[in-house]
Amino acid sequence: MNVTQQVLKSIKSARRSVYINCRRKFCASQCTMTSRHTHSKRIEGLDKNVWVAFTSVAADPSIVNLGQGYPDIPPPSYVKEALAKAASVDKINQYTRGFGHPSLVKALAQVYGKVYGRHIDPFKDILVTVGGYGSLFSTMQALVEEGDEVIIIEPFFDCYVPMVRMAGAKPVLIPLRLKPGKKTITSADWFLDPEELSSKFNSKTKAIIINTPNNPIGKIFSRDELQMIADLCIKHDTLCFSDEVYEWLIYRGNQHIKIATLPGMWDRTITIGSAGKTFSVTGWKLGWSIGPEHLMKHLQTVMQNTLYTCPTPLQEAVAQGLNLNYDLMGQPECYFTSLAEELQGKRDRMATIMQEAGMTPVIPEGGYFMLVDVTSLNQDLSHMGDDEAYDYKFVKWMIKEKVN
Amino acid sequence: MSRQLNAHRTDGVKKNVWVEFSKLAADYKAVNLGQGFPDFSPPRFIQEAFCKAVSGGPSMHQYTRAFGHPPLVKSLAKFFSRIVGHEIDPFEDILVTVGAYQALFSACQALVDEGDEVIIIEPFFDCYRPMVVMAGGKAVYVPLRPKKESGAVLSSGDWVLSAEELASKITPRTKAIIINTPNNPLGKVYKTEELQMIADLCIKHDLLCISDEVYEWLTYDEAKHVKIASLPGMWDRTITIGSAGKTFSATGWKVGWAIGSAHVMKHIQTIHQNTVYDCATAAQEAVAHGFDREYELFGTPESYFQQLPDILQHKRKKLALCLESVGLQPIMPEGGYFMIADISSVKMDINDESTKDEAYDFRFVKWLTKEKGLATIPVSAFYSPEHSKEFNKYIRFCFVKEDSTLDAAADILRKLSMK
Repeated sequence: MNVTQQVLKSIKSARRSVYINCRRKFCASQCTMTSRHTHSKRIEGLDKNVWVAFTSVAADPSIVNLGQGYPDIPPPSYVKEALAKAASVDKINQYTRGFGHPSLVKALAQVYGKVYGRHIDPFKDILVTVGGYGSLFSTMQALVEEGDEVIIIEPFFDCYVPMVRMAGAKPVLIPLRLKPGKKTITSADWFLDPEELSSKFNSKTKAIIINTPNNPIGKIFSRDELQMIADLCIKHDTLCFSDEVYEWLIYRGNQHIKIATLPGMWDRTITIGSAGKTFSVTGWKLGWSIGPEHLMKHLQTVMQNTLYTCPTPLQEAVAQGLNLNYDLMGQPECYFTSLAEELQGKRDRMATIMQEAGMTPVIPEGGYFMLVDVTSLNQDLSHMGDDEAYDYKFVKWMIKEKVN
Repeated sequence: MSRQLNAHRTDGVKKNVWVEFSKLAADYKAVNLGQGFPDFSPPRFIQEAFCKAVSGGPSMHQYTRAFGHPPLVKSLAKFFSRIVGHEIDPFEDILVTVGAYQALFSACQALVDEGDEVIIIEPFFDCYRPMVVMAGGKAVYVPLRPKKESGAVLSSGDWVLSAEELASKITPRTKAIIINTPNNPLGKVYKTEELQMIADLCIKHDLLCISDEVYEWLTYDEAKHVKIASLPGMWDRTITIGSAGKTFSATGWKVGWAIGSAHVMKHIQTIHQNTVYDCATAAQEAVAHGFDREYELFGTPESYFQQLPDILQHKRKKLALCLESVGLQPIMPEGGYFMIADISSVKMDINDESTKDEAYDFRFVKWLTKEKGLATIPVSAFYSPEHSKEFNKYIRFCFVKEDSTLDAAADILRKLSMK
């Protein structure tokens, strides 16, 4: 089978999985003798997933993959070495403390204590989870339920909506809007309208989810913007779930601010971080939630009833990596700084490539991603069928027809 | 906040025996026969496989396929197809999870709705109850009972399910039954006829079966592990759960799986993609190598699945002899990691104000940990709130420990002069 045929086959299977909802239900009732093997209501309508659909398509090695967010450059050698070393210690191959391996939670408390400028209790204020994803899930399950509304800022990392829905609550969406009329667009040109945001809060609002730096735009919320959100949270007694997995990937001229450090916010904020994005090891699937004990204890309850504990050797290795970099914080050798420096060059190079190809990039202030406006290419995609959004068709066209 | 801060699903599931007792064992630096993990190393071949994965290319440290790393699901499919007697599709019929614990959670979330009833056989691994409750379901309990005709109840094989009693628990709201074989904490290994009895009821009442088989390789004497999914009519309605942690003595890797028919598994995959999305890559790669090795060596003396139960058989005997010699009555497990012992003949003066309102076995275990430096687990933790008072005179020992640990435990027990 040649490459084009392979890609076509992959796309076919992706289309199958994206449209699986209706077809699978029909097939299920035909294939089984029983009608009682029905799924729970909580997953109704949640079976589509963009990563499951598109990662299988992009898995063909002949496709240049700038899709899912993971590096193809190696992680720092000291974290890999730390992992190999950890796995050679007998007890590190066995269960550790449920809410987080002691050396890891202590390392996190130390690093973030410095960043937050406050004492963080390693055992009460921290939960180690299966990636930032697992932190989001634990937070939602612990604190959100039927009758609640959760404000989500668009564009959003796609899992926020299904997680809110799985928790039985209602997502309330508010878009970032683009300031018109600018020639070179950066992620800072996307902003929240204060009145529009305020109108979304009501007595049912349990929480607002923010993501800074934002995926996919790369926006870093400014202090004023965070203060505006904080004021509303305090006024309406709302929680704030702050997804900060890209917190170290801040490009020159920008500053990452933790909403939890604003007055009145520590007590109502859960901040989410990721070892995967911090150390370029997404395949380690370790993350953490940090917040006040009276909130964190509920996330810990969820943890003890869902997966109980995270893998030990990975936690030990991340602890080593954090300790090493804690000593280097503020210096150029610190990975938290050096990675951003390295990615700045790649960001700028990608922006140039896009511009030379006739597209309009949105230069991100932070994070892993760059949005690109392809309108000016005026690409005719009518041959791709008309049952999907233009951008879905464009992406599939690029995979299928731009393989060389 | 005027309304309740935490979601109601976390009410009633706040206590956890592992969080409580692991901390106690650590705080008192006790000889730890409590939580179920080996204190010896995983086999060399699996450690080497992990090191090889870690030093492999960059892809070993980045996201892999959500529902399971392709080499692992292929290895699992190949390995278990042969055992179950059914061609398992690696991509449709398998989900890799963060330990068997997450497989159990995901199965409950995917399949249990508000008001559904789930039958749990007592004694049960404690997490089944909170997982059913968190999914909005109602746990319905049916106990294993010692056979009346045997004099002393000496083996886990003497504890049986009554078919009538089990049938009486089934209602139109019953969605599933959870079985665990080999059982934790009792060590019972269900025989084919016992599983057939359960299977018949599942088929008659159109129930799902969640079969927790994490200790599947650890059977002793003549006991044989049988997979309920291999019985006629059961593949389509059974979710079988396994654990790399228990299979390869590496509990800290937290790699598990659920295997079942695609029409059921797809819902569990949906939960997975909305909860953790995927599992760590390198450990999955290593476990794949482990299964490939065991596939080739299956049934031979070099197989770890043969060597480990042989080693543990000896440790099981060692612990049993020690318990008997100090006046504790062990129930010999046919399989698994644990042995429970009847402490009702022990008359100890437990003078601990802090535990005075707790169940007897909880008090005993805490006293044994704090005063004597030996950590175990109270067996009433494995019973429903409704029945725990009937079973509060047993404690659970994990014998999957170095001989030196078992010797240290024996020294402590001998000094108790309980005879």
